[in-house]
Amino acid sequence: MPENCIYVARSSAIAARALAGEMMVMNSADSTFFTLNEVATAIFQAADGRTPLREIVRDRVCEQFDVDPEQAQADAEQFVTELSSHGILLVSHQPLASETPR
Amino acid sequence: MSLMTEVGQKAFELGVPLAVHMDVTYRCNERCVHCYLDHDDHGEMTTAEIKDVLDQLAEAGVFFLTFSGGEVFMRRDFFELVEHARRLMFNVKIKTNAVMIHEREARRIRELDVDTVQISVYSHRPEVHDAITKLPHSFERTIKSVRFLREQGLKVTIANVLMTVNSADHAGVQKLAAELGVHYTLDPTITPMMDGDMSVLSLRIPGAELPDIFHNPALVDSQEEFCAPPKPPSKEDLEGYSCSAGHSFCYISPYGDVFPCVQFPLPTGNIRQQKFLDIWNLSPQMKEVRSIQAKDLTVCSSCSHVSSCSRCPGLAYMEGSMRGPSTADCEKSFYRTGVPTANMLRQGLAKPRGRSGNHAPLIQIQPIAVPA
Repeated sequence: MPENCIYVARSSAIAARALAGEMMVMNSADSTFFTLNEVATAIFQAADGRTPLREIVRDRVCEQFDVDPEQAQADAEQFVTELSSHGILLVSHQPLASETPR
Repeated sequence: MSLMTEVGQKAFELGVPLAVHMDVTYRCNERCVHCYLDHDDHGEMTTAEIKDVLDQLAEAGVFFLTFSGGEVFMRRDFFELVEHARRLMFNVKIKTNAVMIHEREARRIRELDVDTVQISVYSHRPEVHDAITKLPHSFERTIKSVRFLREQGLKVTIANVLMTVNSADHAGVQKLAAELGVHYTLDPTITPMMDGDMSVLSLRIPGAELPDIFHNPALVDSQEEFCAPPKPPSKEDLEGYSCSAGHSFCYISPYGDVFPCVQFPLPTGNIRQQKFLDIWNLSPQMKEVRSIQAKDLTVCSSCSHVSSCSRCPGLAYMEGSMRGPSTADCEKSFYRTGVPTANMLRQGLAKPRGRSGNHAPLIQIQPIAVPA
């Protein structure tokens, strides 16, 4: 999958809330519970299904945090892969509609 | 320490209302013999009002939201409220008698990704359950609904309130829960009526029967730890707080009244007159509740159980002082460990109440939606 073609969106199945700048995320289907650090929270909040991941990393991560762009992109892809395996983020080569509860 | 516990502690320290229990109605289609509520509608919040409250709760940082009642499905707009709550990304739990849940409702609950549905079941014997709810065929309807919910893959918990009339049935209900593939919780709490009427407390299980529950490995995990004699309190214990009520948890009634807990009837403000966060942050009552450390407790600070007691400040408040002892929890500590509490010794009680003792409620409800 070419890096610049990854689109991510938050699943409607999850519960999420920020606590002191860090996002709590829970998937009721399997009761998995995560807390995301500030960088991961920034990616999660920007995951609207329309903005490519590379753009999110550039604008929301590299702009706001002191990180190496290539490392940030690699970390972001790993993070997105992990959360998608738990049904928390949806990943596609095409733009996605960010889900709202049905 | 689990991640969930860490988050709970962080919210507690920051004063963030992580979990809220909201009763959306006190109306009910059952008339349970032990119920503490007045089921007449004295002016419930409208759909728009509750949606506005939910918006405010999301803004305030609430993550775990429990919808309860009364019977939540007595509100025709209930699914509209759940939809709104899920749109705001709350983790939603529903407490219900399930009588009005059919296939369609079960499917809708699943579509909305509700976390858990907690259902009251009083006995595995239909005649006992129906005699408690005073609704004919309620057992049959409730169990049928549990099956609908399970068919949808939903997490269901059967809550088994124990009282004199069903005290021998917990093993049967536990077995039924296992057959249905659902969780089981036992709750021997009987709460005074909202108007202060204590007569309903005659349904409590006699204190002398509590050891049968506390020392039953099928009901209580970690017997050794749970029933161990209390350890001497540390400085940290004495600077600790009773529970999350008013710290990271609160209760909202169908009329918009905000309380520290569902079992702590200290009014702190009304959401129809003030913003939720103004009540949460500025209410003198909330601040007072938050200020009380174990060392400030009038009797309990010198009690050997102070570091391990489940003392409920709401029950203590109902007994006369939120800084005083909660007789119900004194009994619980005594019957759990065999060691008398400072409150018992102070009163010269050779033994706590038996079958016809005082009428303090038994054991605190655990309303917090945050799993350990």
